Amino acid sequence: MSEHVHAVHPEPDMVQLLTPEGQRVDNPDYPLDISDDEIAGFYRDLVLVRRIDTEAIALQRQGELGLWASLLGQEAAQIGAGRALRQHDMAFPTYREHGVAWCRNVDPLTLLGLFRGTNLGGFDPREHNFNLYTIVIGAQTLHAAGYAMGVIRDGAVGTGDPTRDTAVLAFFGDGASSQGDVNESFVWAAAGNLPVVFFCQNNQWAISEPVERQSRVPLYRRASGFGFPGVRVDGNDVLASYAVTRRALDDARNAQGPTLIEAYTYRMNPHTTNDDPRRYQLGSERETWKLKDPIERVRAYLTREAKLGPDFFDDVEQEARKLAEHIRSGCRELPDPTPESVFDDVYVTMPDELREQRTDFTEFVAEVSA
Amino acid sequence: MSDTPMTMAKALNEGLRKAMERDPKVVIMGEDVGKLGGVFRITDGLQKDFGEDRVIDTPLAESGIIGTAVGLAIRGYRPVCEIQFDGFVFPGFDQIVNQVAKFHNRSAGLVKMPITIRIPSGGGIGAVEHHSESVETYFAHTAGLKVVACSNPSDAYWMIQDAVADDDPVIFIEPKRLYHAAKADIADAPTALYQARVVRPGQHVTVVGYGGTMSTLLESAKVAAEDGIELEVIDLRSVSPLDIATVIESVQRTGRLVVVHEAPQSFGIGAEIAARVTEQAFYSLEAPVLRVTGYDTPYPPSRLEHEWLPNLDRVLDAVDKALEF
Ligand SMILES: Cc1ncc(C[n+]2csc(CCOP(=O)(O)OP(=O)(O)O)c2C)c(N)n1
Repeated sequence: MSEHVHAVHPEPDMVQLLTPEGQRVDNPDYPLDISDDEIAGFYRDLVLVRRIDTEAIALQRQGELGLWASLLGQEAAQIGAGRALRQHDMAFPTYREHGVAWCRNVDPLTLLGLFRGTNLGGFDPREHNFNLYTIVIGAQTLHAAGYAMGVIRDGAVGTGDPTRDTAVLAFFGDGASSQGDVNESFVWAAAGNLPVVFFCQNNQWAISEPVERQSRVPLYRRASGFGFPGVRVDGNDVLASYAVTRRALDDARNAQGPTLIEAYTYRMNPHTTNDDPRRYQLGSERETWKLKDPIERVRAYLTREAKLGPDFFDDVEQEARKLAEHIRSGCRELPDPTPESVFDDVYVTMPDELREQRTDFTEFVAEVSA
Repeated sequence: MSDTPMTMAKALNEGLRKAMERDPKVVIMGEDVGKLGGVFRITDGLQKDFGEDRVIDTPLAESGIIGTAVGLAIRGYRPVCEIQFDGFVFPGFDQIVNQVAKFHNRSAGLVKMPITIRIPSGGGIGAVEHHSESVETYFAHTAGLKVVACSNPSDAYWMIQDAVADDDPVIFIEPKRLYHAAKADIADAPTALYQARVVRPGQHVTVVGYGGTMSTLLESAKVAAEDGIELEVIDLRSVSPLDIATVIESVQRTGRLVVVHEAPQSFGIGAEIAARVTEQAFYSLEAPVLRVTGYDTPYPPSRLEHEWLPNLDRVLDAVDKALEF
């Protein structure tokens, strides 16, 4: 293996409905009839999830979180996909889908426990139809396929009843596309014509490895080999991400089977708060992507075309400040787990021998701290 | 050997460099091992100096990393695989257990698998889930694999070279919380790779550990000594094969044994040592062999890891129990 192969075209056939300058463009395959109010709603989402991210990073710097995986730059991909979901659809995130969590009405504080080290997730995925974060790369794509198998067995596909038909949305990264689990989930989805949509955020990097390390073809094209459609969408365009995901989810609900969506975007921050991209990334690349900012283009549209004035933007800013305060104070108040809770929920029925260990442990901790 | 003391991270880096200089068939492969030098910087600078042919940033797939290492080994190469974090070895588990471990045996001894699998291991760094696991027991339970753990810079420097040079596959456990702990001098010559070492002599209780627990054991010995209790501290260095002779020799003098590891207790390395000591030195024992280990639970959220891990208090408590028995 010598120099890596630069075979990935930069931006082929990418669905875009809003240019970086804020111009609406039409795409006959993805007609989008959407009101300015709805676009303003997307803007609000984008700003708020960016604020969640900013606050979490600050909390990590202050030692309140052990780690944070930033979504900066990927807001549009996530909000577009998240808003395309219906309530009874199910989402399977990685560890970076804070924007999707937002769309599922998951309180950002719920996400912080994992990163603060007060729990290992600790919420019921069925409450908001949003699965626990999955750190082991790619594992969740198979869970999504299995969930979709259950959906079919329950007769919740292709009935034509919008309150019944259900789709599953599985997230993963460009790096994850190399994992066996991800490829197996493609096989399962194709073989079973499963109602699952694979949403790959190609943010160009898997920690220090550029996407060329993982693939010689654009990632969306992988789908054709498995026998289902693949599409590349401008991941910094919330309208395109919304329209493309909505259509793929509709297909899934209508028993048309899986789709792979590649949201072409960029990781604007380090991989996590532990990472130092100066060792492997050119700063100029980031500067280029800055011009494609997912929020600026919506703001430009709303200002120029929808004629929204400062009142609207001030309101959103006000709301973002409140959310930030909620996260800051809420994070510090997250309860520390009690030592004996380590033994909770290891089994549904705790074996006696583990109960004994728990007793020894709690007595010992009490003795030491006395 | 070297005039400048170094951290364990640097010692591993230097050891790998030596191994690559010595044998052109040595290749390093893993996620982010190239430009980044690995997330812990253990391979820092190696790609720059040895080229992308010998330090390979692989696609993100552990089964792929190990499986291709098997192919490279069949072809006569000597792969050194880096698994980014302990919890991520499992997608490669099948390749390790079914292929790496068994190939020599299946080929009637005709094909060697001189593969080293480096795994930054264990907890204590406040990480999120899957980043603090102790996975050595799974591999120690697998015939065909050798499992070693370094606990200080000098051992790290020598052990990694010996592991790479070994014609058998070696699981190389690196306690990540010691990577950047105190610097130390590198010894002029190695201790044999599969040999335990008495790191502190004492006559009252033998305490045995390896890898990340060794700093806790040495600290415990210091504190115990203030109360006039002399612990004999043994660093196993190799978990499999197990140098039980060194442990037995010590127990024959002290009559008391405490085994410490971070990995969960049940069916673990402590159990194996207890069994062998009971079999081979039953009449020397003045007390049952005691274990101080991780509990039989998933690794806890980081806010609880210091209570969960074998710590000073827990080790000293076990020492007291062994003495009071
Ligand atoms: C099975 C497994 N191997 C390695 C890791 C360590 N790791 C965490 S994130 C990451 C890169 C992931 O890249 P990508 O899939 O592109 O997603 P991104 O983080 O860029 O969103 C790696 C190697 C892991 N979490 N799981």
